[in-house]
Amino acid sequence: MKNVFTIFKREFFGYFNSPVAYVILVIFVLAAQGFTFFFGNFLDQGDASLARPFFMWHPWLYIVLAPAVGMKLWSEEYRLGTLELLMTMPIAPWQSILGKYLAAAVVWAIALLLTFPIVWTVFYLGNPDLGPILSAYVASYCYALSCLAVTCAVSAFTRSQVICFIISVAICLLLTLFGMQPIIEAIIKALPSSMEGVVRFIAYLCFLTHYYEMTKGLLVLRDLLYFSSIIAVCLMITAWALQSKRS
Amino acid sequence: MIKVENLRKVFGAKVAVDNVSFTVKKGEVLGFLGPNGAGKSTTMRMVTGFFAPTAGSVSIGGVDMLENPEQAKKSIGYLPENAPLYSDMSVSSFLGFCAELRGLHGAARSKAIDHAIDLCFLQNVRNQSVDTLSKGYRHRTCLAQSLIHDPDILILDEPTDGLDPNQKHEVRALIKRMGEKKAIVFSTHILEEVEAACTRAIIIDRGKIVADGTPDELKRRAPGADSVRVIIRGSGARAEIEKLGCVEKIEATASDDSSLIGRALPTKKSTGAEVAREIGALAALRQWKVEELHHVEGKLDEYFRSITRSDVAA
Ligand SMILES: Nc1ncnc2c1ncn2[C@@H]1O[C@H](COP(=O)(O)OP(=O)(O)OP(=O)(O)O)[C@@H](O)[C@H]1O
Ligand SMILES: [Mg+2]
Repeated sequence: MKNVFTIFKREFFGYFNSPVAYVILVIFVLAAQGFTFFFGNFLDQGDASLARPFFMWHPWLYIVLAPAVGMKLWSEEYRLGTLELLMTMPIAPWQSILGKYLAAAVVWAIALLLTFPIVWTVFYLGNPDLGPILSAYVASYCYALSCLAVTCAVSAFTRSQVICFIISVAICLLLTLFGMQPIIEAIIKALPSSMEGVVRFIAYLCFLTHYYEMTKGLLVLRDLLYFSSIIAVCLMITAWALQSKRS
Repeated sequence: MIKVENLRKVFGAKVAVDNVSFTVKKGEVLGFLGPNGAGKSTTMRMVTGFFAPTAGSVSIGGVDMLENPEQAKKSIGYLPENAPLYSDMSVSSFLGFCAELRGLHGAARSKAIDHAIDLCFLQNVRNQSVDTLSKGYRHRTCLAQSLIHDPDILILDEPTDGLDPNQKHEVRALIKRMGEKKAIVFSTHILEEVEAACTRAIIIDRGKIVADGTPDELKRRAPGADSVRVIIRGSGARAEIEKLGCVEKIEATASDDSSLIGRALPTKKSTGAEVAREIGALAALRQWKVEELHHVEGKLDEYFRSITRSDVAA
């Protein structure tokens, strides 16, 4: 665990030694609030519910911003050649992977904490249930972590941060779009009816389906389990990619 | 301490390292020589556990690198080629990071950092950011990283690359000094370095070991090694020198009755030094005019060139 913490520390302070983390935090916080007020009809809604106007935009922000945070995780190690240092230290590869992933995860935790002013606004305007808000925050964080895990895995395949960014955005976008109800319906209509089950199953595997369940205010164990397995699978792909680069 | 057996590494269709075996004991400094692309770095990467070998085994202090990598890596200090560093850290925080991964915390960590900084003369750049360091300082920072836990085994890939002449000298002296208590493998393209610091040298070409011995042994295998260059004016010089018991034959580049220019080769039982002495004595006796009488010891780089032609031929 000590080694995980050492790796975590280096990576985490690395984010804040460069402008990257600050830029992304500022963009995220501003965009999350901006979308809520300008496009979410937050103020016209009457009831001071936060779930739709605020949280509906988060997946779209994560699609772009999570890869921006995660793209350097392994690409940078390849480019600098420091992977050779890291992998010849007396630590297990999973310790490096976990430490680095956690550092990026904490950056997102900070980003979400910085959106608390909006929660405060909601409480100021009305008297909402705290439960659904917390549950939606958990859902949002799960979404961020999943996009981050995808980026982590992609970055283990390439030494170019640009390529990593583009491919990660594309994957996250697909995993989001295929969970949108109108798109699912359109695809089902276009395909023979025998395929409906398959499409529904693929849709079920997408981030957005589970995200909506959770933002409805239900902290469903099934959905938490879903996001955890996405993250676990991505981290295992990372380990496999790192291993195959070395053999 | 290091035992490498039948190591082999294949990249796609290319055989980078082919059936390499060697052992390094405590107190030995092994120099790794070879032309560009010979497979030196690849071999070192397998020894340090960065690359998995296609075949063969690596054992570090009795611990198998493939079966128990974390344990085996503990006793190794490794300087990779091109000295990679995290560019967003300062020198001392980078060394601190490496010390922590080596299991040093608290007071032991600060002591290790100070010691490594002293050994590699980094006092001036202690708090400087790594990405503003000059090449030589980057190299020394990475070298400091490999020494930080005082390992029993050092694997250094071109440790003097990019250093100024003073630092080259210091690092050679450091390697030599540490070699008394450790097992060291280092690669280099500077052949004097091998004579200055190594107890043994291996020359590797196209992935195969082509020579293995002490620097002196290898030097003597150079073409024309241990012969005597002579330029002598005096009648009958060539004939008389040829008759000396210690001379095998004379390769003359120009000779007539009154002078000899060329080289004298010793017999198997004799040495170049003896031939030089005998010719000198004979010349004094006959009152020949000696313009040159030079014992050629043989150079490592001549031997190196004579057995490694891969980069030229390919
Ligand atoms: N990751 C890799 N993928 C494919 N080929 C590789 C890889 N690493 C090394 N090689 C090839 O293996 C061969 C040996 O390379 P290596 O780096 O070991 O040479 P070297 O002896 O260290 O050379 P130099 O003196 O230039 O440092 C080269 O032909 C190189 O192209
Ligand atoms: Mg090399």
